[in-house]
Amino acid sequence: MDPRDPVLARLIDQVDRARAQRQHLDIRGGGTKTFYGGLPAGEPLEIKALEGISSYEPTELVVTARAGTQLTELEAVLYAHGQCLPFEPPRFSAGGTVGGMTAAGLSGPARASAGSVRDHVLGVTLLNGRGEVLTFGGQVAKNVAGYDVSRLLVGSLGILGVICEVSLKVLPMNRATATLCFDWNESRALEQVNLWASQPLPIHASAWHDGRLHVRLSGAIAAVDAACGKLGGTPITADAATAWWLSLRDQTQDFFALGSSDLARGECLWRLSLPSTAPPVELPGRQIIEWNGAQRWWRTGAEPRLVRAAASRAGGHATLIRGADKSGGVFTPLPGALLRIHHGLKQAFDPACIFNPGRLYAEL
Amino acid sequence: MNTSPEAAAPTRGAREARQADVAAALAEVLPRRAILYRHEDTAPYECDALTAYRTSPLLVVLPATEPEVAAALKVCHRMGVPVIARGAGTGLSGGATPHHWGVVLSLAKFNRILRIDPGARTAVVQCGVRNAAISEAAAPFGLYYAPDPSSQIACTIGGNVAENSGGVHCLKYGLTLHNVLRVRGFMADGEAVEFGSLALDVPGLDLLSIVVGSEGMLAITTEVTVKLVPKPQSARCIMASFDDIESAGAAVASVIAGGIIPAGLELMDKAMTAAVEAFVHADYDLEAAAILLCESDGSAEEVEEEILRMEEVLKAAGASRLEVSRDEAQRLRFWSGRKNAFPASGSISPDYMCMDSTIPRKRLAEMLRAIQQMEERYGLRCVNVFHAGDGNLHPLILFDAEEPDEMRRCELFGADILETSVRLGGTVTGEHGVGVEKLNSMCVQFAPAERAQFLAVKHAFDPLESLNPGKVIPTLHRCAEYGKMHVHRGMLPFPNLPRF
Repeated sequence: MDPRDPVLARLIDQVDRARAQRQHLDIRGGGTKTFYGGLPAGEPLEIKALEGISSYEPTELVVTARAGTQLTELEAVLYAHGQCLPFEPPRFSAGGTVGGMTAAGLSGPARASAGSVRDHVLGVTLLNGRGEVLTFGGQVAKNVAGYDVSRLLVGSLGILGVICEVSLKVLPMNRATATLCFDWNESRALEQVNLWASQPLPIHASAWHDGRLHVRLSGAIAAVDAACGKLGGTPITADAATAWWLSLRDQTQDFFALGSSDLARGECLWRLSLPSTAPPVELPGRQIIEWNGAQRWWRTGAEPRLVRAAASRAGGHATLIRGADKSGGVFTPLPGALLRIHHGLKQAFDPACIFNPGRLYAEL
Repeated sequence: MNTSPEAAAPTRGAREARQADVAAALAEVLPRRAILYRHEDTAPYECDALTAYRTSPLLVVLPATEPEVAAALKVCHRMGVPVIARGAGTGLSGGATPHHWGVVLSLAKFNRILRIDPGARTAVVQCGVRNAAISEAAAPFGLYYAPDPSSQIACTIGGNVAENSGGVHCLKYGLTLHNVLRVRGFMADGEAVEFGSLALDVPGLDLLSIVVGSEGMLAITTEVTVKLVPKPQSARCIMASFDDIESAGAAVASVIAGGIIPAGLELMDKAMTAAVEAFVHADYDLEAAAILLCESDGSAEEVEEEILRMEEVLKAAGASRLEVSRDEAQRLRFWSGRKNAFPASGSISPDYMCMDSTIPRKRLAEMLRAIQQMEERYGLRCVNVFHAGDGNLHPLILFDAEEPDEMRRCELFGADILETSVRLGGTVTGEHGVGVEKLNSMCVQFAPAERAQFLAVKHAFDPLESLNPGKVIPTLHRCAEYGKMHVHRGMLPFPNLPRF
């Protein structure tokens, strides 16, 4: 990207001023994920005007888009060429951007089979805390020149700088898809999805909730047909399946809706990221299990320390997604060696500490 | 041959004294037999698979346990001794080239597979376990480790983590990063650390992403947890011939445009095909200007469906001959040539230099034409293999190190290929790493502020620059010198001056 681009130049200017005045900046895209991470603080730095698809060649399986490009626009362009973002990023409401998607690093139902946002990022252009526009990675899938800074930025919640442009690996949409349902309890469902995952089956996504397991198959027509025969279960119609998986991806199901009265009662939405084979987690409340057991959403009023302890015992970590009180931190605290590296990296990219203070950890 | 400038005679006494001091300090924490200092013992460590660059290390240590690694690192850190980690030494870019004043930390003794968990589809292995050994151990469970660099029978998982290695199947199955869950190891000061986890993500920054591919410059890896994937029930390969490179390149784009992601998609040019055919006798089409290998894997039904579609697309793209593997033996024969491209090149030339750049697929024909012109310009021959599916090109420049000037022309030829790759929108290394080999090319691909940012990242992990110093990130001075050399391209000043 050319730093003389007028939109980019304005952002550089704002960063330079913030650094000179020791002012904090709150990097904002569509504002659809302000609930995620620590509370935003600082003067807004709007990236929405930095928009547009810079290049897209379907036969290269790569798209490059400016950070303010709306996710829905990008996906519509890919769809028109029979391609998609394989990691199904959640769109919590209209207006989410490519930059926000990258900074949050959240992936949807297909993550366990198709990989994460991070896995598909090939390159990023970053505006760092010194006001420098830097490009890491590129537009090719195989690239080991220098450290893989572009992937480090995925999920960084903007604490290292402003993501200005992103190159993503895209894939053709699968030719066939089918969804099967099984009325199983949690243990049975966990056991079975892991067993299936160790076989060459086209399982694309799985989700268990309240005694029912949904399994989505996706791939070559013959492979999906054969797997349907092998797995059994009850198929649901294509329309119903599409709607159901979308509501899971975008978290529009009732399970995810926490009203003010729920929040006032101390109810929270947690995301537990665990080894897929971890046994059922004992907590009060309700859950949705995705990613063959590797992602477990909990709606619970349990104390944060109990939730974190449960995740830690299971070999993973817990993130407070929605809750009235985030004063105890959102993400699981880091061990000493890793925290020191985090401080070092913050210093390396944003020495004046202007970007998104406290969004990832209070001390960063 | 290039050696460190410090190797000059006047410093020999100082070096011997330093060697004795460091050896004595290490002897307090390591068994004596784990410390090599005699020249005849350290000589095998003077280079990795980039044999043109050699340096005699101060010492070589071979710890056998994690506490020994930690202790050795603490000693080196305290004494300000550079540490160069080494796996099997199969790296092609000189990532494990020793430092004249540094210790080579050989992790060869970390060769145990600690755990295979078929239910969780993971394997926990020590860093010195060979890539292929993981798949062999997982085979009884119907699982395997997907990344398959050509050196997989020898290269280690620790080295794969350092280089973020790929292989012929990474178009569909991803690179090392996509197949590793957790890396355990040590920071430069000997503190234990873990990146990643058995879950699919971690709290905080995704440090695993930056550690994988960091060429031993950010941390020392001792243990790796990898993902295992179900072995496809069946695989078949199409060998397609093309009368010209352009249509072969266009065929690659047509396959992708047809919504197909092959398990492997490889291209060899005519010169390469001739070399490998003489080496493996796989019945390659010697008349073709280019050969494409296009593989499908999955369930039997899936493969049948996909092979039919691939055949249609390749025919429409102008393939002059198509052959589909009938059985596993034939499929492996199709691949044998591709997998033996490097040794086959060794059989037709005293020496060869393997390049490794990536370009957007659509620029393939343009790149190959440019290479043909370079053959004339530098007076050397070049044969080409290409991971066509993901744009990763491996030109093998043939030369004879015994002939005066050929090594120099080979280096210029290589640099020209890398710079052309950058100009075509690609990168100077797809999977072999920067090491020492591509330091100059990094000056071309990255601006000074970007290189300074890399260095700042290095300092966040290793403030004293003890781990593998001098690799990957060229100094400002070096880039300035390289910039000057460019003015006289083809007439490098002081060709005998050591540059690494």
